[in-house]
Amino acid sequence: MNLHEYQARELLRQHGIPVPDAEVVETAERARAVAERLGGRVVIKAQVHAGGRGKAGGVKLAATPAETASHAANILGMTIKGLTVHRVLVAPAADIASESYVGIIVDRLSQRPVLMVSPAGGIDIEEVAATTPEKIHRLAIDPRYGLLPHQALGLGLALYREVAQARAAAEIMQKLYGTVYAVGASLAEINPLVTTPDGRVVALDAKIVVDDNELERHPEIAALRDPTAEAPAEVTARQAGLTFIKLDGSVGCCVNGAGLAMATMDLVKYYGGEPANFLDIGGSSNPQKVVDALKIITADPSVRAILFNIFGGITRCDDVANGIVQATRQFPLRVPLVIRLTGTNEAVAVQILTQAGFAALTDMDDAVRQAVARARA
Amino acid sequence: MSVFIDRGTRLLVQGITGRDGSFHTKQMMAYGTQVVAGVTPGKGGQRFEQAVPVFDTVAEAVRETAANTSVIYVPATVAASAIFEAADAGLQLIVCITEGIPVLDLTRVLPFVRDRGVRLIGPNCPGLIAPGKSKVGIIPGSICQPGRIGIVSRSGTLTYEIIHQLSTQQLGQSTCVGIGGDPLIGTSFVDCLAAFEADPETDAVVVIGEIGGTDEQLAAEFVRAQMTKPVVGFIAGQTAPPGRRMGHAGAIISGSSGTAAEKMQAFERAGIAVMRRPADVVPLLRERLA
Repeated sequence: MNLHEYQARELLRQHGIPVPDAEVVETAERARAVAERLGGRVVIKAQVHAGGRGKAGGVKLAATPAETASHAANILGMTIKGLTVHRVLVAPAADIASESYVGIIVDRLSQRPVLMVSPAGGIDIEEVAATTPEKIHRLAIDPRYGLLPHQALGLGLALYREVAQARAAAEIMQKLYGTVYAVGASLAEINPLVTTPDGRVVALDAKIVVDDNELERHPEIAALRDPTAEAPAEVTARQAGLTFIKLDGSVGCCVNGAGLAMATMDLVKYYGGEPANFLDIGGSSNPQKVVDALKIITADPSVRAILFNIFGGITRCDDVANGIVQATRQFPLRVPLVIRLTGTNEAVAVQILTQAGFAALTDMDDAVRQAVARARA
Repeated sequence: MSVFIDRGTRLLVQGITGRDGSFHTKQMMAYGTQVVAGVTPGKGGQRFEQAVPVFDTVAEAVRETAANTSVIYVPATVAASAIFEAADAGLQLIVCITEGIPVLDLTRVLPFVRDRGVRLIGPNCPGLIAPGKSKVGIIPGSICQPGRIGIVSRSGTLTYEIIHQLSTQQLGQSTCVGIGGDPLIGTSFVDCLAAFEADPETDAVVVIGEIGGTDEQLAAEFVRAQMTKPVVGFIAGQTAPPGRRMGHAGAIISGSSGTAAEKMQAFERAGIAVMRRPADVVPLLRERLA
């Protein structure tokens, strides 16, 4: 789950990392009031889950409260990469002496949290990583001991010559590492970490991604979810316990297991069709999940045929068959349905489907070829 | 011989009384796996299906039954703790079926099991099966057939599809291992490939990978440098949309190395025969074994 910048900043502040005073607002009038309280120049930043906010016009500087209100009025309601801006952050426009990058991500290769820092922070950090990788310092942290003080100080000194600033940065890194485990983050980054003209080290912008599997343990973090920031079909799917990603094709796919779902989409393409979606109904399926899946797929007007590909293991084929029958009783389908299922309780499933007037296939290639042909007809 | 499990596997089931645990324990028993113990705290003293003694702790179960392998079906929030308990009790092989375990839990579990020389398979995996000998996990026994092909896969149901292709065309399997689809897992492709290379009952290996990470590239390098047996490979996700970006750190650490195209090229460069679709597996194996 992605957090907004203002939510990530607040978590960092709660864990003792210095962040500038700022407020998130939903109206231009509130933005004006915050600018008056802060005094001086401010920056107005759109709060959406999209990179490149600045380039899209979602980040503006203002010299006066009136200008703040006018920028906020423009940014609120603006669309950035398909997402509508409902909130803006109003923060003091810091005088910046230098910009660094500090990030922690769980790395598959070392199987550890890896801390990455660079003195060349800011919006071009990925460019820096690609062209001058020697400017990125990495450390795989042993979670049994955590980030040790000398390791943090070593990386602090890679950012700042001034020892006081290096120590301040080291302390921020240790607190960031603590935040990762405290909130269940799979990614936490500060970009930029800045030094001010008077020598302080502060986190100017932050990004935190929380592992969805941690949300049950952290209800206070789960409560931060902003459903308005996600595609509506994906919100519905998540609430139904499904994984759904919309694509541009015409063959709606309903599969159990992510690997088989991807292989099914690949096979649709192989036979000349285009998948309309990725949809994984997961294991331990119950009939209701299948009903919900069909609702989501049929809501997409570009779907011309629906393909079920179920290989029963934990998922029982009879659960899926019952779901298909229930769904088609609740709402008639306007597009053809091609069903392939095999594995656990296959015989019962075939009986259920046959009685309801559906044909059940057992071969994946046959089913995909038929679905592609039906989508074209 | 087979890989990791065989007729000598004495299995303990953690979460034996739960919905999934009980369903699949019955299936494993019906397949002929020696299920010697179950563990569900608070249900010690009971018998599962009038046959398998249930204990409150893994340590007690191991003492009483000489179990040597554990399979885990407990809920995700307590699964890491179940792995710690099994490793502490001295079990040498732990197979974790549970999906949805927080990735940070694995950063602590993996060093713990490695320090004790324990093999962890999974989590979020279908387990493994040595057809005709033993089944640990949830791979349907009915689709398997004893034989001489090894299978290792990151996927669950896609593995079943490949096994189904082999069995229906009279290519049996020595062992099928599902290593799990999570970012952090206990046993890698390379671990399994090394075991298959050393197994006298395996003639060829099928590797089923998917987009994300670089495990397939490491597998390709191992095949090129260390393996004499033929290997056939598949990568799922050729049409998957580019993954959701994980901030800058994801791009900095992985560059662009997770795509299906890159992994298929790595396979081809290493001499692995690459399937375009699951149905290619049998023709390619027959070609390589001829």
